Amino acid sequence: MGEKELLARPLHRRVHSAPAELAEVRKLVAEMAEATGFAADTAGRIVLAIDEALANCIKHGYAGEPGHPIDLTAKRIERSGRVGLEFVIRDFGRQVDPDTIRSRDLADVRPGGLGVHIIETIMDEMEYSCPADGGMRLRVCKFV
Amino acid sequence: MSSEASDIAQVRAEGHATVVSVQGDVDMHRSPTLHTMLLDMIQRKPPLLVVDLAAVPYMDSSGVGTLVDCYRRVREYQGRMHLAGLQPRVRGVFEITKLDQFFTIRDSVAEALR
Repeated sequence: MGEKELLARPLHRRVHSAPAELAEVRKLVAEMAEATGFAADTAGRIVLAIDEALANCIKHGYAGEPGHPIDLTAKRIERSGRVGLEFVIRDFGRQVDPDTIRSRDLADVRPGGLGVHIIETIMDEMEYSCPADGGMRLRVCKFV
Repeated sequence: MSSEASDIAQVRAEGHATVVSVQGDVDMHRSPTLHTMLLDMIQRKPPLLVVDLAAVPYMDSSGVGTLVDCYRRVREYQGRMHLAGLQPRVRGVFEITKLDQFFTIRDSVAEALR
């Protein structure tokens, strides 16, 4: 897909709760971030943040069960003269109170629980919500 | 020097150390395989385990978590575990999670073996 096509309209992808599908999404997000004008290292970090968000849907929303849908929407945005990318990640699994989703204490060195910290650190905006028809919705933005 | 290989890593003995050279992305899909392989190495209790990440272009928090778990297991038997050859993007994940201060990270396997 060319650069203009990538940015001309919002991108919608439905993936499934299978870790093997994440590599293809990473490639797409990298292309979109670079086409938006992010430097390569920032584009790489955005890829990591979106990958972590999708992994959280698989791990927490669907408890690791394969085959469940996750919808990813990405679009170029402009706000106060700043260009950026907005991603919305939507699953249809378990709901949790958004106020309980937070980064954990990094001084407690143990495996797991780092995804939210990574997303929050990399992205400029992060907002979880519980849609009325179930599942979780995450909106994140990053500006160039 | 003996060696073992799999799709995700090659293992070789270097004196008293075991060097695990990982290849390719270490993400939620592949980190369970790496975890199993490293646990197999750790069962043998090498005094020094070097995880060579020079050929790893991408790692997510599941990969980092795998390495944290392995590090703790190595420390349980008083062994040492060093990471070597991190590409900038992979190093960035350790920096974001502040685990660059937790692990011993060397530029190369040769330095990690010193």
